[in-house]
Amino acid sequence: MSQKTEPILQMEAIEISFGGLKALDKVSLQVYPGEIMAIIGPNGAGKTTLLNVINGVYTPDNGRIFFDGKERPLKIKPHHVAAMGISRTFQNLALFKGMDTWSNIMVGRTKKMHAGFFSQGIYWGMSQKEEIEHREAVEGIIDFLEIENIRKQPAGMLPYGLQKRVELGRALASEPKLLLLDEPMAGMNLEEKEDIARFILDANEEIGYTIALIEHDMGVVMDICDRIVVLDFGNKIAEGTPDEIKSNPKVIKAYLGEAEGGGE
Amino acid sequence: MLYRECGNFKDNYAKDMAIFPIPLDRWGLGIMLVFAFLVIPFTASDYWLSSIMIPFYCFSLAALGLNFLTGYAGQVSLGHAAFMAVGAYSSLILYGRYGIPLVPSILGGGIVSAIVGSIFGIPSLRIKGFYLAVSTLAAQFIIEWVLTHWKWVSGGVFGTIDVPNLYIFGALLDTPLKKYYLVLCIVALMITFGKNLVRGQLGRNWMAIRDMDVAAEIIGVSLFRYKLIAFAVSSFYAGVAGALITITYYGAANIEEFNLFLSFHLLGMIIIGGMGTILGSFLGAGFMVLLPIFINQSMLTFMERVPSNLRANSEAIVFGGLIVFFLIVEPYGMARLWHTIKEKMRLWPFPY
Ligand SMILES: Nc1ncnc2c1ncn2[C@@H]1O[C@H](COP(=O)(O)OP(=O)(O)OP(=O)(O)O)[C@@H](O)[C@H]1O
Ligand SMILES: [Mg+2]
Repeated sequence: MSQKTEPILQMEAIEISFGGLKALDKVSLQVYPGEIMAIIGPNGAGKTTLLNVINGVYTPDNGRIFFDGKERPLKIKPHHVAAMGISRTFQNLALFKGMDTWSNIMVGRTKKMHAGFFSQGIYWGMSQKEEIEHREAVEGIIDFLEIENIRKQPAGMLPYGLQKRVELGRALASEPKLLLLDEPMAGMNLEEKEDIARFILDANEEIGYTIALIEHDMGVVMDICDRIVVLDFGNKIAEGTPDEIKSNPKVIKAYLGEAEGGGE
Repeated sequence: MLYRECGNFKDNYAKDMAIFPIPLDRWGLGIMLVFAFLVIPFTASDYWLSSIMIPFYCFSLAALGLNFLTGYAGQVSLGHAAFMAVGAYSSLILYGRYGIPLVPSILGGGIVSAIVGSIFGIPSLRIKGFYLAVSTLAAQFIIEWVLTHWKWVSGGVFGTIDVPNLYIFGALLDTPLKKYYLVLCIVALMITFGKNLVRGQLGRNWMAIRDMDVAAEIIGVSLFRYKLIAFAVSSFYAGVAGALITITYYGAANIEEFNLFLSFHLLGMIIIGGMGTILGSFLGAGFMVLLPIFINQSMLTFMERVPSNLRANSEAIVFGGLIVFFLIVEPYGMARLWHTIKEKMRLWPFPY
């Protein structure tokens, strides 16, 4: 799947530390258009931190980041990153709890909406046209994720698995060039995991989205990903296809070492 | 039971996204408008028009303004009374000193207030919750101080500007009825505008910031932009409300009317009425305006011997008690109670 063309995202020697702790130590990686890439590693390896660097939540101390062929500053506002075409779901539930499902997803389209303040206030002309147009797109996502029956329910009241699914919808809504998923299946039962895995595969194969995801469930990772990057204590210790990673001694050691320490 | 969604299918999203998608809501609104425009003016006494309905509309508007900021965008303000004062003073200066027509003066007052409000909203980009509350408290004190000490503002007597004769399109605005209509028209238009704002992209972005600001920004909502817009819109509404109540009810811009207690009262109104709902702003304001009257009346009828100072305090006690009650039992206020009843009726007779 991964054509070795120009990467859509390229990170070079990214370094960031919190106090004395080096959360990322000269990490370099590329994401290629059209692939599903997994970032794996034991707890505290720096996976979420890496996504936060991409999103502009954290500013790395060193390194370079290129997106879509252009270098971007290390310090950047997260919503500018969104505007560049990077979308994201979160490890911990991060829906807008007081809003219903379709409104949550609609927020994902905010960067595509341009009606001015007064047009919105009188709900006439551009704003009305835009609301209806984008609502239709959102309904498409609702159909895709099979959540028609909860479209008007407050997100905060939904069961955990559905909240994760709505969050995926919100990220898809921006039609991103790169979709970042932080443990999209954590805490789900087998059936829910299979559903999400299917949606991720469909989003990749049918709509053509480029996806980078973090996941602890090795079974799923091996099944759906084209390429895997392994982090451990802030270092990239391996990179390759699922088969290469499975037999990589460093990876086995990192995971076994963690198992001995009583981790996951 | 006519109020329901069952059997009322919408065949396109345009209808589903209409301002009031359920027919009875539309009728309810229509009935309320007829009532406000045609029934009240010709049945209510002058006292009711000028001392109850006008303040009620004005406080509703101010509460709505605060609700945009607090109920929708999740930012606190303890300076909203001061933003009302800014609107009151600047509209009178525009009208009385510069001879700008009445309605543009009122809106101009709102705009000045919006500018001041956004300046005091800048700290919200860095601080949240308790610290933001304290910094808006500073806004209250700073504005009060400036309005009382800056001679240019009042042009003579410290801290007050009298309301001159009011003309609108050449006609003298003298009776309570005319003032009632002026207030009602402006308030009705601003509510419609506000309702459209909160159900559209702007309102969704505000609520996203309220519910989860970090996620909102990563999804694409500029916190800087939308927080400042929240402060601006919110203080615009407060400013217009302050201007309206001053020219139609108080008769003079006086900083005493816009002290910290009013800021707290406005917050109380939206807590009791309902955070994050338009209706809640009205319920809260109505409650606030009617409560003292109700308490006074009932005390007069039932407890003639109650000393007047206890009567005054009982108001504060009841109000405070209700705030605590709603915060604990129903954080979404009276509007949510109403909503719950509606939801039950909405799907009747098939509640699943
Ligand atoms: N804002 C922060 N301040 C201080 N330390 C942080 C911060 N964010 C992350 N860290 C630290 O950086 C390290 C990497 O954290 P990170 O959340 O990236 O791990 P992870 O690989 O996502 O782990 P998990 O699988 O548990 O989610 C951890 O030791 C964490 O405590
Ligand atoms: Mg993590």
